[in-house]
Amino acid sequence: MAKLILSMETTVLKEIPLTKERITIGRKPHTDIQIDNLAISGEHAVVITILNDSFLEDLGSTNGTFVNGQSVKKHFLVNGDTIELGKYRLKYVSEVPQQTSSADFEKTMILRPGAAKMPAPGPATAVPSAPPAAPAAAVPAHMSTSPGMAPSPPSVAPAAAPAMPLGAIQILSGGNAGKEMELTKTLTTLGKPGVQVAVIARRPHGYFITHVEGASFPVVNGKALSTQAHQLVDHDVIELAGVKMEFFLKS
Amino acid sequence: MDMTAVLEIVTQSNPGMVRSNNEDSVMANPLRGFAVLADGMGGYNAGEVASGMATALLGTELEKAFIEREPSSKDASGKSWAHVKVEAEMARVNAAIYQAAQSQPQYAGMGTTLVVGVFHDNKVTVGHIGDSRLYRMRGEDFQQITRDHSLLQEQIDAGIITPEQARHSQNKNLVTRAVGIDPEVAAEMHDHEVLPGDVYLFCSDGLNDMVEDDEIGMTLGALSANLELCAMQLIEMACDNGGRDNVSVILVKVKGEYPAARGWWVRFLAWFK
Repeated sequence: MAKLILSMETTVLKEIPLTKERITIGRKPHTDIQIDNLAISGEHAVVITILNDSFLEDLGSTNGTFVNGQSVKKHFLVNGDTIELGKYRLKYVSEVPQQTSSADFEKTMILRPGAAKMPAPGPATAVPSAPPAAPAAAVPAHMSTSPGMAPSPPSVAPAAAPAMPLGAIQILSGGNAGKEMELTKTLTTLGKPGVQVAVIARRPHGYFITHVEGASFPVVNGKALSTQAHQLVDHDVIELAGVKMEFFLKS
Repeated sequence: MDMTAVLEIVTQSNPGMVRSNNEDSVMANPLRGFAVLADGMGGYNAGEVASGMATALLGTELEKAFIEREPSSKDASGKSWAHVKVEAEMARVNAAIYQAAQSQPQYAGMGTTLVVGVFHDNKVTVGHIGDSRLYRMRGEDFQQITRDHSLLQEQIDAGIITPEQARHSQNKNLVTRAVGIDPEVAAEMHDHEVLPGDVYLFCSDGLNDMVEDDEIGMTLGALSANLELCAMQLIEMACDNGGRDNVSVILVKVKGEYPAARGWWVRFLAWFK
């Protein structure tokens, strides 16, 4: 469950769990997070929570809403964001619940159409729409094994592997002799398409060369490769399409 | 029409780094030129049952249908036989999985996503339900062809969230449409023109949740000469990035044109059927 931590200067004033779909912030008493300060507009901003994601919207406030120092109209909140309203700060903390077992990871689940309505998009000032039924209540219809919503930890970012030294290739023979190429990409292809091509894959635990196409296979340190990937070590000499090159690691 | 001369198809499926079982299921029929990918869900091994049922049923039923009639032949409404059949068979698979889930307690709540592609007459007819995807590589241009039936996609469409923000969303695993969950479900159907040189990628979300589209596109661009290696590389990348879900890919490379035969004799033969 995500929450907001309200503070002023160094004093923490309050923790607000984001249990409702809409949590309003403002000076007026009917707002969910009331901040009685003249720098805050009557209805200053709103935090909309849809399942595990939260969005911040400025409601046309006089002094504006800032996130991490940037003025925002609408903002997708990520863990650690600091919302600034006048002298007050609201820190957004989204704790990824502990996985009870690995089996709960990223289970695809069906969300019934109409179960969780989304708030109307549109200008930041468009506010009053009846809060739809709490989405959390409607979802579990098809969660047969997951005891709770198991949100995926932010994925795409590659696993933080111990920094691997950067690899590079230096051409030893032919017209381009002496040229150096850093292997920064996940994949680097070498050779002539249609004649002989090999690929060097950059993986968390090293560089691997694999034959892609052509009748002859790349030769590493005088030995021809099979169809399998071959891990490169510092100072390996590769021969490919008649060109010699050396693989080395930069420190 | 024998499609093996114009299509090269590779299928691979891997449980990934975290899951012990593989709930994905893939099948391809190189002769008839179609492929099916399903990503099952549901407790115990029910997800496997659902995705397995989907690929098995579609594999046999579509093959039967395309032996009976050319996939590109048109019906009265002007739709191709492939279009009509894929739509109808996906509906039947839904009914079958729904029935099984209703009648057997251990299968309760099981379902699957589904993406089906039939190559015929210089086209591909695509039907999909859920968040399994079809991408196309054409020259330098790498594009997602299907639109996920997921909460995130709906939020993107509604302008609530940008695709960039969506990558950091915690709501990745919620689909809004799936096979076998309700008595009826509509498949989203489209026909796309195909050009020689195109490479098509069918994949489960275990790939596109773990690997950025740019990286997937780059891999297809770099390794399209060796589809087997390309598929292996894609799965390896998903696993290197954590491999939190099952990863499945089907790659289809189009080596030449495959227009439907349009001579008088085709119409003549069709007349007898």
